Amino acid sequence: MKNDWPQWEIFVRSEAGLAHKHVGSLHAADERMALESARDLYTRRNEGVSIWVVRSEHVHATDPAQSEEFFEPSEDKAYRHPTFYHVPEGVKHL
Amino acid sequence: MSDGIEGRPEPDDARQQCFESRLDRALKIEPPDWMPDAYRKTLTRQISQHAHSEIVGMLPEGNWITRAPSLHRKLILLAKVQDEAGHGLYLYSAAESLGTPRDELVAALHAGKAKYSSIFNYPTLTWADVGAIGWLVDGAAIINQIPITRCSYGPYARAMVRICKEESFHQRQGFDIMWTLAHGTPPQRAMAQDALDRWWWPSVMMFGPPDAASVHNEQSLRWKIKLFTNDELRQKFIDQTVPQAERLRLTIPDPQLRWNEETQHYEIGPVDWDEFYRVVGGDGPCNRERLSARVDAWNDGAWVRDAAAEHARKRAGSEAA
Ligand SMILES: [Fe+2]
Ligand SMILES: [Fe+2]
Repeated sequence: MKNDWPQWEIFVRSEAGLAHKHVGSLHAADERMALESARDLYTRRNEGVSIWVVRSEHVHATDPAQSEEFFEPSEDKAYRHPTFYHVPEGVKHL
Repeated sequence: MSDGIEGRPEPDDARQQCFESRLDRALKIEPPDWMPDAYRKTLTRQISQHAHSEIVGMLPEGNWITRAPSLHRKLILLAKVQDEAGHGLYLYSAAESLGTPRDELVAALHAGKAKYSSIFNYPTLTWADVGAIGWLVDGAAIINQIPITRCSYGPYARAMVRICKEESFHQRQGFDIMWTLAHGTPPQRAMAQDALDRWWWPSVMMFGPPDAASVHNEQSLRWKIKLFTNDELRQKFIDQTVPQAERLRLTIPDPQLRWNEETQHYEIGPVDWDEFYRVVGGDGPCNRERLSARVDAWNDGAWVRDAAAEHARKRAGSEAA
């Protein structure tokens, strides 16, 4: 019989207060095995306090071939950044 | 991972140009990005060979886990060998991101079609060999791997960052074993010297054939999946290891070894490349044993993989009902 364990993407929170971060992937039969294997594989040296596992096929991503058009709308809006504005001399706390 | 939006077909040379300009700007290539077939193929070969090396590399040291001289040494060796399993898995993941499923990569190893580092085809005859492997083989691996943390393929570079963090523990525990033996009884010293005698030249060969004879060097350098040549890395290893051997007061088994004041590098005697090609070609002392150990482990574990898959299917079924 073929070994058809699906692939999972692994996200680890390194300490309370920080976001989960993608660290890699692994194969596991189900979510419990994915969590236990992720612990053994990605947190052997106290790298985590929490783990998320997500089936790889459930991740949807932007298409790199279309990145330019996709992210273009935010490119010409310099006025969204505070550095766009001139602060008159002597004005404080702005 | 599935891509959300389908890319419009673009002519290949435009994509090729875009790929090359990314390399020039030191931008990383990521799995969904377009890449030339040859780049994908070469990387798949290189990363999966690297993964196989980590996994086969567990065997020579695993041989000593039950016979480690103390509980302390046993715990350390267990942790080290477990790390190597982890390295194999990080690397299989990176290789899979290029499109070849892991089972296929593993099947190629088991069929004898894929290579792994030939250093692991030498036997571990004494406890000192565990020290020599950590010190020399992991030491050489670190020199090989540190530049790869900056290679052009994102998943490979990231896997290598994790691996390099763990490798320095491996090298230090090996040196620690050598240090202890070198400061022990005369037979213990002799054991350390004997291990160095047997592992020195295979470690020097770990960096691959000399640049003049290396098939993959140039293209891989251009693709930034290799950042230094075999000979450059080998020289680095020699320069860093010779003084360590001196501190251990052990003798490197090379009567022609000498320091060149002019170049500020050590020079070594001729390497027996015939031996290297013989071992790579399958005729090392342990090639057959290593491969059959891997195949047996895979076959013996089949019922576990099947049972876990079946259990997952049943659970999914009962949840749906
Ligand atoms: Fe390793
Ligand atoms: Fe290692």
